[in-house]
Amino acid sequence: MFRSALRALALLGAMAAGPAVAPALAQDHAHEAEELPHTHFHFAGLFGTVDRSAAQRGFQVYKEVCSACHSMRLLSYRNLLELGLSDAEVRAIAATVTVNDGPNDEGQMFERPGRLSDHFRSPFANDQAARAALNGALPPDLSVITKAREEGPQYVHALLTGYSDPPPGMTMGGGMNYNRYFPGNQIAMTPPLREEGQVEYADGTKATVEQMAFDVVNFLQWAAEPEMEARKRMGVKWVLFLVILGGLAYATKRKIWANVPH
Amino acid sequence: MSIGLHNSAFKNPVIRWVDSRLPIFSMMQNEYGSFPTPKNFNYFWNFGALAMINLMIMIATGIFLAMHYTPHVTMAFDSVERIMRDVNYGWLFRYVHANGASMFFIVVYIHIWRGMYYGSYKAPRELLWMIGVVIFLLMMATAFMGYVLPWGQMSFWGATVITNLFSAFPVVGDSIVTLLWGGFSVDNPTLNRFFSLHYLLPFVIFGVVFLHVAALHITGSNNPLGIDPKGPQDTVPFHPYYTAKDSVGMVVYFIVFASLVFFAPNLLGDPANYIPANPLVTPTHIVPEWYFLPYYAILRAVPDKLGGVLLMFGSILVWFILPWLDTSPVRSMRFRPIAKWFLLLWGIAFGTLMYCGGKPPEGIYVVLSRVATLYYFAWFLVILPVLGRLERPLPLPESIAKPVLRGGGPLPAGAMTKPMEKA
Amino acid sequence: MAWPFISSMNPARDVLALSTTEADIKSVPVGGAVTLVWRGKPVFVRHRTAAEIESAVNVDLAELRDPQPDSARHKAGKAEWLVVIGVCTHLGCVPLGQKPTDPRGDFGGWFCPCHGSHYDTAGRIRKGPAPANLALPTYAFTTDTQLKIG
Repeated sequence: MFRSALRALALLGAMAAGPAVAPALAQDHAHEAEELPHTHFHFAGLFGTVDRSAAQRGFQVYKEVCSACHSMRLLSYRNLLELGLSDAEVRAIAATVTVNDGPNDEGQMFERPGRLSDHFRSPFANDQAARAALNGALPPDLSVITKAREEGPQYVHALLTGYSDPPPGMTMGGGMNYNRYFPGNQIAMTPPLREEGQVEYADGTKATVEQMAFDVVNFLQWAAEPEMEARKRMGVKWVLFLVILGGLAYATKRKIWANVPH
Repeated sequence: MSIGLHNSAFKNPVIRWVDSRLPIFSMMQNEYGSFPTPKNFNYFWNFGALAMINLMIMIATGIFLAMHYTPHVTMAFDSVERIMRDVNYGWLFRYVHANGASMFFIVVYIHIWRGMYYGSYKAPRELLWMIGVVIFLLMMATAFMGYVLPWGQMSFWGATVITNLFSAFPVVGDSIVTLLWGGFSVDNPTLNRFFSLHYLLPFVIFGVVFLHVAALHITGSNNPLGIDPKGPQDTVPFHPYYTAKDSVGMVVYFIVFASLVFFAPNLLGDPANYIPANPLVTPTHIVPEWYFLPYYAILRAVPDKLGGVLLMFGSILVWFILPWLDTSPVRSMRFRPIAKWFLLLWGIAFGTLMYCGGKPPEGIYVVLSRVATLYYFAWFLVILPVLGRLERPLPLPESIAKPVLRGGGPLPAGAMTKPMEKA
Repeated sequence: MAWPFISSMNPARDVLALSTTEADIKSVPVGGAVTLVWRGKPVFVRHRTAAEIESAVNVDLAELRDPQPDSARHKAGKAEWLVVIGVCTHLGCVPLGQKPTDPRGDFGGWFCPCHGSHYDTAGRIRKGPAPANLALPTYAFTTDTQLKIG
């Protein structure tokens, strides 16, 4: 619904602004391999907001599953406060990692527990280390992953639930897994969400594979667009203001031109 | 009033003091206040003013973005995301700036189309039109270099493909490309110089826009009928008539702009640009931003590298000689019953090219691109020159006031008092 | 007068200094390939199979766009090692074909996804818009399996 609302909106823009943008919209569909199943998310639509409990559960999935391989280097622990976690919770989460700091007065580098201002710790020191540890595959950073893929949230959700055995006759590369929604269908990532109860939710939500995938998408979308709620709120105000202003401007124009035959 | 001072008509003593020494207030009054403007403009005539506003918005947001941006290959991507996440209202500036580029091209494309449809490029406005083409070329260069700055995958590969176009020229091609890059591939020196030029060029555009407006105020505006105003009964003073009309267009423009920025900020962008640039991995589909797609389609329609590059540049350079290619004695397409449809077909060809430019270069899209490219040039180089001589235009109205004054009615006060003068 | 300004845009001395790369290639299996980086560009090193060499040798030069015999594409006595700059001569994309899962085009070499150029097992252009064969870097074998590029 989010996407279709956007399309409708942009189409409106295209009609108002002339034919120039319409082809660019059509281009949106160019790279799609298999039609993605459609899931409704709370952040969709013009007034959609972040479902905090889902996103918080999603962070737990990220922390306990994804973060073994995937970094989110653009986020800091302090950002979790905006997700609704308490100050004490976030400090505790940050303190579980060790961070390299320094040099100190003796000129030595040292390790210390993480703080609120630290960036999320990456699982690997660099890309080469990741490839060396993971059979040549490089797990992408997830900070903006939902913005970095066509139909981001739908795609990530579909990918996480799209694993199955390869169809008969398909030969898989060494160490590759079959996934219906991955371009080329061969993905190096092993199915990350395999079984119910892989994480234990504190709020008692049943951690099915579907639920975990749904939650983690909520988290990743929030991580990619932390400004979304403020942006939409401001947008509603601006558009309302402009519509009223437009009415006034048009009335003024009519009045001024009333005596001019044209 | 002593000799050597400008004879100012302003009453306010301070304004009068300044105006007698530097008549900027008189100038504003003459050019934007009482400036006699044809009274039959339609809303297509909003788009020049809108482009001006758009340029201001781009410069304002750009200056503040530059305060936070770091032009270095290891930091550019992260600094842009930092603007989005940590800088106060940074996301607003960045989305306004990114979508502002798209809005700028929408506005300018409509502005150009207006010029083509109503023959605004024809005598005596040839130079005005040519200055406009210069602005468009500068805009394209600025937009291209700006798109490189976030240093995503599309930034990097777009820069690689476009700079490599120059390698098509024989003998000097490779040296030119090395000179553009400042190295042996698109790299940090390239990013640095693009940032420098991206900051500079908008001010050059601003200067050329000034020339564009200055030239406009010599010839006066064209109008939907394409005939010259014959006297005060054909014009109204710019203010308040067109300031009021432009305000209406402006609000509609801002509604579209705000809808994009606040509700679909990434709709016109490419997701691949949220992946940091990687010189060793090419994305499967390299597509430029939507506003460059027609030229990209022309490039790919030609199987020969140099030919494609020449045709692509030629597709815009041909606009420079448009005033002399069009041989028709009338300006407005309203009175050209045949040419109107050929021009509409040209618009469709342009749209087709835009569509094909975003598609993979294979099968039907190649065929379509070639047909559309052929027509694109045929319109300028064959149809316009020939048709202008063959076509019999519809009878032109006697004056702008004539067709609308038939019912009678009082003339606006401003139009009565202000003689048609050349600025 | 203008020359200092133009010249300053050309590669600076530190950029020029990074002009050699060395690599040990003995771990690349027959049929395998490795990508090195030289001057910010990828260099494809492919350990060609006998079949790949044969198909590169048995080509009628008259049907090539940029005619070069296979012997001009590798060092004498080192036919199994093909070393080319991995940049499509059309508009500078990196062709696919290094990884076993990549498409290699109609001629078993490389395939450029940007505008559909096909290269053969000697890195020669066979189909598509690219005007020339994949460029050869200046390189030498310092030992039997030690490669020095630049």
